[in-house]
Amino acid sequence: MGNIPTTVKHCLSYEQLIRDYPWLKRLLLEEKSIAAHEYPEFVKVVEVGPRDGLQNEKEIVPTGVKIQLIDMLSGTGLPVIEATSFVSSKWVPQMADHTDVLKGIQRAPHVQYPVLTPNMHGFQDAVAAGATEVAVFGSASETFSRKNINCSIEESMLRFEEVISAAKEHQIPVRGYVSCALGCPHEGYIEPSKVAEVAKRLYEMGCYEVSLGDTIGVGTPGSMAKMLRSVMEDVPSSALAVHCHDTYGQALANILIALQMGVCVVDSAVAGLGGCPYAQGSSGNVSTEDVLYMLHGMGIETGVDLAKVIEVGDFICNALCRKTNSRVAQARGRTSGHALL
Amino acid sequence: MCVCVASKNLPERVKIVEVGPRDGLQNEKTIVPAETKIHLIDMLSDSGLPVIEATSFVSPKWVPQMADQVEVMKGISRKPGVSYPVLTPNLKGFQAAVKAGATEVAIFGAASELFSKKNINCSVDESLQRFEEVMKAAKEANVPVRGYVSCVLGCPYEGKVAPGKVAHVAKRLYSMGCYEISLGDTIGVGTPGGMTEMLEAVSREVPVSALAVHCHDTYGQALANILIALQMGISVVDSSVAGLGGCPYAQGASGNVATEDVVYMMHGLGIHTGVDLSKLMDAGAFICRSLNRKTNSKVAQATCKL
Repeated sequence: MGNIPTTVKHCLSYEQLIRDYPWLKRLLLEEKSIAAHEYPEFVKVVEVGPRDGLQNEKEIVPTGVKIQLIDMLSGTGLPVIEATSFVSSKWVPQMADHTDVLKGIQRAPHVQYPVLTPNMHGFQDAVAAGATEVAVFGSASETFSRKNINCSIEESMLRFEEVISAAKEHQIPVRGYVSCALGCPHEGYIEPSKVAEVAKRLYEMGCYEVSLGDTIGVGTPGSMAKMLRSVMEDVPSSALAVHCHDTYGQALANILIALQMGVCVVDSAVAGLGGCPYAQGSSGNVSTEDVLYMLHGMGIETGVDLAKVIEVGDFICNALCRKTNSRVAQARGRTSGHALL
Repeated sequence: MCVCVASKNLPERVKIVEVGPRDGLQNEKTIVPAETKIHLIDMLSDSGLPVIEATSFVSPKWVPQMADQVEVMKGISRKPGVSYPVLTPNLKGFQAAVKAGATEVAIFGAASELFSKKNINCSVDESLQRFEEVMKAAKEANVPVRGYVSCVLGCPYEGKVAPGKVAHVAKRLYSMGCYEISLGDTIGVGTPGGMTEMLEAVSREVPVSALAVHCHDTYGQALANILIALQMGISVVDSSVAGLGGCPYAQGASGNVATEDVVYMMHGLGIHTGVDLSKLMDAGAFICRSLNRKTNSKVAQATCKL
């Protein structure tokens, strides 16, 4: 073959080339793997169990238990733990003890404890209670916005502008959430462009990070990719997070796609706390344990000790008298010790 | 960081191999009457699944759940265009299977020596030799054979399993004449990283079009692992209706990935499976009622309450 001109070689079939140069196939396959996906080296895991998780649990959890939960989570290496929500206790009785919780926790250095602040009133209470980071919640669905917080998307953005403006004066960073990013319990399909519009608004108003929430867990990797492509036209991937619900078992696959697309912040809840209020009895938040297992298995650093998170999950499940939603915790709790990690 | 187009490189069609009636029920404690098994398989046939693993011709001494293998095989209503492979661990099982009307069989190898010894009491090489007999007889009878490799991403005894070892066993089965090799994450410990590495090694020896993935969801990783496999060109996925079959190595933990959840993901990705999800869920609801247990499928849990 060596003496045949290149032009002639190019006319020969691939099969023939492989027959004559068996090493060539290996090279081509290696090239294919080099072109395979890049993943972030580090992923920031945002623990939402104490707020989003507990908010959707039926049992009212005593303040002491909430504080202990957060303190235990602080010892696992999680860099961000959403502590509570300064909403009216009339709407969310589970979060009525927000001030006591925020004042009662032992803040670990290098850990952030954001709290939800839906309006100025909530923001002021949060600051008075010692909050050093807050979060605001927008929706990509008009109907969901009206039913959930009793106002249109536009009206909610105006409220958040106030909060963000006040937060700037206090030098308090603000995280933005967009709910119904992959589907709405009332409207059904949500246009990716609508999600992008709301995300862009929050980002331009001053949110340092925007978490895109698949509120009812209906998304699949296809719809996640489409939505992210749209959002990333206006918001850099470094400022995005994904908040996937596991109601249809799709969360980890959706998170994987998001990582492939450059997202490196993932929200999750210890023990998969928090059912789905729109599909009674179904699961809600993806479990922090299962997310960590995947990330670590892929060689992605998180700074979090999985074994400690499993312990925290055990604690809160005992306190709530419920089973964990985490498959990793279920497997580890009953295995004869063969796990690889 | 480049923005990858997620839908690029995904297959247009995926063949779902339903293993609930065999792999699923085999790992359920409750012994299910033959009638129920037959009804389950008939409902699954009706849902559009192209392949349904019907039963296993192992000795009932080892697997009592499959003692009614002949009755089941003879009792099902075979839908045209649907395959009903059965497990045949040895020549005796193969002969019994063919006699009972089997038109496709499957054999099982392991990528782990210890697992092979503990599971079927012989080394990997010895098991492959046994299968040579089955392969020979199958060729003569014009019966296609599917090969399984277990412990591809980890072994309950050995821990990590070298991708090279998986590739070696897969290659052996393929060269012996198996038309398809299903790579099984038997204890569900795999993650997308390990899956990628393993598939890269195997696809150097066996064409991707002849590969399938059989992911267990014991650590919740199955759908992510399946997604990665699809991105690498795999277009055959094994799953079990209602996620039947726990993990015998982690008691109380889940085992097979639920077909409903797999189909939901496929359809959401625009991938054609030929499966009617609501009929599939009916089959899942039926078998869970018969077993008096809850479904392991999140899709089934979510949709039945909306």
